[in-house]
Amino acid sequence: MKPAAFTYHRPASVDEALDLLARHGGDAKPIAGGQSLVPMMNMRLASPAHLVDLNDLSELGRIRLQGERLEVGALARHRDVAESALVREHCPLLVQAARTIGHYAIRERGTLGGSLAHADPAAQHPLVAMTLGAQLTLARRSGRRVVDAGDFLLSAMTTALAPDEMVLAVSYPRAAAGEVSAFRMFNQRHGDFAIVAVAATLALAGGRVASLRLGVGGVAPVPQRLDAVASGFLGQAPGADWIAAVARAAREAVSPEDHPRVPAAYRKELTETLVARALARCVEKSEATA
Amino acid sequence: MSTQRITLTVNGGNIEFDAPPRKLLSDALREDCGLTGTHVGCEHGVCGACTVLVDGRPQRACLSFAVQLEGHEIETVEATGTPQQLSPLQQALHECHGLQCGFCTPGIVMTFEAFLKDNPDPSEAQVREALTGNLCRCTGYQNIVDAILLAARRLREGASQ
Repeated sequence: MKPAAFTYHRPASVDEALDLLARHGGDAKPIAGGQSLVPMMNMRLASPAHLVDLNDLSELGRIRLQGERLEVGALARHRDVAESALVREHCPLLVQAARTIGHYAIRERGTLGGSLAHADPAAQHPLVAMTLGAQLTLARRSGRRVVDAGDFLLSAMTTALAPDEMVLAVSYPRAAAGEVSAFRMFNQRHGDFAIVAVAATLALAGGRVASLRLGVGGVAPVPQRLDAVASGFLGQAPGADWIAAVARAAREAVSPEDHPRVPAAYRKELTETLVARALARCVEKSEATA
Repeated sequence: MSTQRITLTVNGGNIEFDAPPRKLLSDALREDCGLTGTHVGCEHGVCGACTVLVDGRPQRACLSFAVQLEGHEIETVEATGTPQQLSPLQQALHECHGLQCGFCTPGIVMTFEAFLKDNPDPSEAQVREALTGNLCRCTGYQNIVDAILLAARRLREGASQ
């Protein structure tokens, strides 16, 4: 349970970090909170020859409005996100999700960029990023690019990041006026990764569903956005029958892998239950704000 | 394996030692700083036994490398109370029988040093949520929860006097 040897780098600027990544490429790994990378190093599942420590780059921890989007720096800790008044106002789904990550001490240290770069299929941040259509700003020495979450998350633990590239920031669309959201997850023990997690946003117009986003994590290598399901249920009044019908359709839309300890049927059932609970919570919030 | 000089600020004093970058903070505290109050359990961030404070915030010592902590203030359980004068939380753990073998206790003490500053008047549910990050295999959690709530009450009463 001791990590392999590595050379440690502590850049004082983003440019310096990118230079280091350019020089060492596939042999280097950026480290932010280390809440996923260090366990992997301790278990020798990862053994980078060079570790580039991003923790001094405090400019990467900023949270700010950029036009119609909310931009959260890659180094923002889960606690910063969960307790930010700006995030609560403009992207409340992100607050609800960040509060459920790991444990108290883990949230103090783990970062948004780290969670996305790690790309666990059941993690909160990839699910929210997919559900809301987040965009990631990536940087390498030769330049920056902006990538949609759907093009960034390629498979389980696999992203579009090049070996010498890192996440700088993530931007989310600001919640529209009247839009409400809910996050629901199921795990066997508090703080574990979800078996299934669901994120939803809902907006009503004249008592009918004007917009609906549904995302499900834990049912595929990458969180799924159920646009085909959502678009089939617009224009209706969101009563109990509507919630049950959407939840059933969500269940049919996912095809989780069958696993000896977690059968596919169980994940499908969880999908239905959690979609129903998330939507019920959204409707409750809509009624409270109406 | 090449070592380098590392200076850590622990419990208000500087400690210098030579270690390779791969040295975990948890091991450096125990082996190089001689502070064995920080316990090492799972070494992958699950059990919480090695929790210390870094710049006042709780952090898993097994998920940081000592070299990363240069320039930061580390506090370990050794800075919290003495055998003659326990901290309010340590005293409450003692009175409520909140420990048996004591292995998990330093991590719980350090976690809740920070938690009770963040949440001076926590609900039982909040305490239980925060305690999910610290595994205890002896007592069950009821007495630990009781102790934390008792300490919170005493700290509030102390603060209002």
